[in-house]
Order: sequence, then structure tokens, then C-alpha cells
Amino acid sequence: MDSFFSIYVWPGIVMVAQSLLLLVCLLVFIAYILLADRKIWAAVQLRRGPNVVGPFGLFQSFADLLKFVFKEPVIPAGANKGVFLLAPLVAVVLALATWAVIPLNQNWVIANINVGILYVFAISSLEVYGIIMGGWASNSKYPFLGALRSAAQMVSYEVSIGFVIVTVLLCVGSLNLTDIVNAQHDGLGTMMGLPASFLDWHWLALFPMFVVFFISALAETNRPPFDLPEAESELVAGFMVEYGSTPYMMFMLGEYAAICLMCALTTILFLGGWLPPVDIAILNWVPGIIWFVLKASLVFFMFAMVKAFVPRYRYDQLMRLGWKIFLPLSLAMVVITAFVLKLMGWA
Amino acid sequence: MGLQAIFFYLFAFIAVASAFMVISAKNPVHSVLFLILVFFNAAGLFLLTGAEFLAMILLVVYIGAVAVLFLFVVMMLDIDFAELRSGVLQYAPIGMLVGLIVAAELVVVIGGSVLTPEAAKAITMPIPNPASRTNTAALGDVLYTNYVYFFQIAGLVLLVAMIGAIVLTLRHRTNIKRQDVSKQVARTPATAVEVVKVKPGQGV
Repeated sequence: MDSFFSIYVWPGIVMVAQSLLLLVCLLVFIAYILLADRKIWAAVQLRRGPNVVGPFGLFQSFADLLKFVFKEPVIPAGANKGVFLLAPLVAVVLALATWAVIPLNQNWVIANINVGILYVFAISSLEVYGIIMGGWASNSKYPFLGALRSAAQMVSYEVSIGFVIVTVLLCVGSLNLTDIVNAQHDGLGTMMGLPASFLDWHWLALFPMFVVFFISALAETNRPPFDLPEAESELVAGFMVEYGSTPYMMFMLGEYAAICLMCALTTILFLGGWLPPVDIAILNWVPGIIWFVLKASLVFFMFAMVKAFVPRYRYDQLMRLGWKIFLPLSLAMVVITAFVLKLMGWA
Repeated sequence: MGLQAIFFYLFAFIAVASAFMVISAKNPVHSVLFLILVFFNAAGLFLLTGAEFLAMILLVVYIGAVAVLFLFVVMMLDIDFAELRSGVLQYAPIGMLVGLIVAAELVVVIGGSVLTPEAAKAITMPIPNPASRTNTAALGDVLYTNYVYFFQIAGLVLLVAMIGAIVLTLRHRTNIKRQDVSKQVARTPATAVEVVKVKPGQGV
């Protein structure tokens, strides 16, 4: 009985506790990311943004949460009830499930698996199901059109994201996310004889891929300027038209969890994860998690700024960018990177 | 071992049950959703056997791409499935016959490999030690180094199929407006604007 406890029960409790801790931190972080999104948007447009609930509007997201939860969920009469309610669940569960393999610091990861980046890629490719199911089950034309647009968009940009990830993996030689960060200890900067610094991270060596990844991440998460699935001037609110109260909130939560994930992934792949920008003692004393959150927040700031000042793309322009520009560019970069690594003997 | 067995039975049971639901669900969209659940559980079974790379590729390729296309097609088609379903009993004997033949063949193949232990000696490549090598690296070696030409030929076959599909479906319509970005960028005031001197009281 003792061995049963030490083999199953105790590791189980530890795993559940770790997951809950990550989940709570993540949800609070998402609440403030949402607020930051609105505040940055407001600041660019010379507005104040939400400023009523709590000091500087700091509790706005929690007020919104309560509002959504206490509203009555309305299910349209013609809707496919089971799928209609399953869709937001699928969206939010998949968006949160990816966080299991994201390392926030050296050894700070719930599941340190060999194929970590593939897991992230696989699960984020499933996120399209929440949208398709929601759009179809609503039994209405605007949600359905929004869902079709969204599915085509996500599938298109996944291709270039896949190739960007391949170039990074070529430089690292491992699919483990912790290995990817640790491989950025030395790079271009140390080759030129400088001490370890932010010049070693992949953003410099793979700069075109960094840009492609950032833009594809915007498209993949349906952020402006690629928010065509919910382009309110054409489709009201896309696949979410028929949703209200808690199911709607779950879609929003899934969307923002996916955005945070993309920020974290950009940090891990290109911005050196938890590594300090310059390898000196003072910066090394700062815990890695702080660097990680700072970098991810910086990436999110870029996301928010893009939302504030880039006009929305037209749908054919979006598809052209994905298939005719990013796909050939990233494909060429895979080949070039492989050749350079092989010829210079770095691989 | 106990936990693995529990997960095996969980995945296997859900996979078989939802495979049954694929063929028995009334609504074709539900069928596809159950099919996705089957794929998902198959990926779980792969994980249990230690084939982590295959599990993830199954998720990316089958669920992330193939099933999305299935779902698209099924949602877009407007088929009267009640009518389609009316002939089920008529075709049941043929269906069962096909099922029986496939089952018999499976038994022969699987039974044959167990009955002939010298089959294992026919393997020409040394099997790497699983502890020292991740199966991503091992698969990469086999596909891209040992059998690279076969892999390239398989890729060419797929390319031909893709070109064939494009040739069959591509149709250039003549009277639609297309955006030509390079043309737009190359426009200058000289080519785009015509200055007309309008005399008062006469119009253009």
C-alpha cells in the first residue's frame, strides 16, 4: 500500500497541484493581458480606456468575468445543442492544454517531453475545431461564414509557422523546448567573440523568420489586422454571433490563452526564453521567470500596438500573404539554413 | 504498469466506441467529430507504446489537416442522409462480406508474423537502442539518410498528384477583376491621371 501511495498518489497530487498553480497564474495573467490590450488600444486613440472598476480600472476583467457568468446563456432554437456547447469547451481546453509543456524557467515545466514543440504545434492546429464547431452548430449563416474563413486562415498560416519552427529546430537539433532555450546561450554574438548576450538569441540569426513568425502568429490567433473571422463590419462577430454569457467568455478566454501562448512561444523560439539579455552578475540574479514574463509581455505589447494602428486586411490579401509570400520565403529559409549549417559544419 | 494499463483500456475503449458511433451517428457532422475522437485516442495509444513522434504527427496530419477537410466537405454538402440511409439493409450482406474478408486477411498477416520467428532476422538495418536515441532522430535517420531516394520518389508521386488535382480544377475566368500589386505600385501620375481643360459652360 505504501508503494501504491508513493508511485501513484503522491506524483498525482504533485502534478495536479502544479497544473492548478500554472492555471491560476495563467488566468490572472490573461485577465491583465486583456486589460492591457484595451488600455494600450485606448492610449493610442487618446482615450482613457476602462478606468472605473478599481484603481485605474485594474479590476475591470474580473467585473467582466462576473457579468458574463451571471448572464443567461441563450441557445438558439435551431442550434445543434450538444456541439454548440461543446465548441467553447474545446476551444478553451485546447488553448490551456498547450501550456503543459511550456517551460517558464530552467526545469519549471509540468511535462518536459522530447517532442515538446511538436505537441504545441499539434494542439494549436486543433484549435480550429472549436471555431468550426461553434460556427456550424449555431445554424446561422454569419457564424458559418466566419467559421469557414477562420478555418481556412488558420490552416494556411499553420504551414508557414511549421516551416519557421523547422528552421529553429535545424539550428537547435532538438524538439525539446528547454533545449531550444538553452541552445541560445551561444550563437552569433559568442561567435564574434562577445560575451553571451541578446545577440546570441535566434531573433538575430533568423531575423526574417522572426518577422514571419510574428505575423503568422497574429493570423493564427485571429488578431487584428487579420481578424477577418469576426470582422464586425461584414460578419457581425463571426463564429461567435450566437454566443453569449459563459460560452462566449470561454471563447474569449481560449483566444487570449492562445495569444499568450504565441507570445510565450515567440519568447522561447527567438528571444532566448528565461536567459538574461546580457550575461552579467546583476542580471543573472534576477530570476529567469521574470525575464520570461517581461519578454512575453513585450511581444504582447507589439501584438497590441499592431491591433491599434494597422488597418484590417482584405481576405484575398490575407491568403496571398500566407501562400504566395510567407510559404515560399519560409521554405527557402529552411533550405538556406540547412545548407549554411551543413557547409559551415555547425550542425 | 498499472497506470499504463488503465490508460490503455481507456483509450482503446473510447476509440472503439467512437469508431462505432462514426458509422451509427445520424448526423454526418457528428460522424466526422467522432472520427476525430478516434484519431485522438489512436494518438494516445501511440504515446503509450512510446512512439511519441508518430503520435504527434498523427495529431498534426490527420486531425489538424485531413479531418478539417472532411469536416469542410461534409458541412458544405447538402445531402439527404435519411434517403441515403434507406438502402442500408440492402447493402448489409456485401458490407459484412467485405468486413469478413478484411478481418480474415488481418488474422493471416498478424498470425503469420508471429508464427515465423525468423522474420525478425530478415531486418537488414540494426535496430538502435531506444534508450539512447529519441524516436524522432531514429525516424529521421531512416527516412532522410538510409532511404532518402525512396523518400524523394514518394514526394514526387505526391507532387504529381497535387499538380494533377490543380490542373483538373483550375479554371481561369476572364471577366473578373484581379488585383495586380506590381501594376498598382508601378502607376505614376503620368499613367493614371488625365488632365482635361474644361471650358466654362461646356462640360467635358
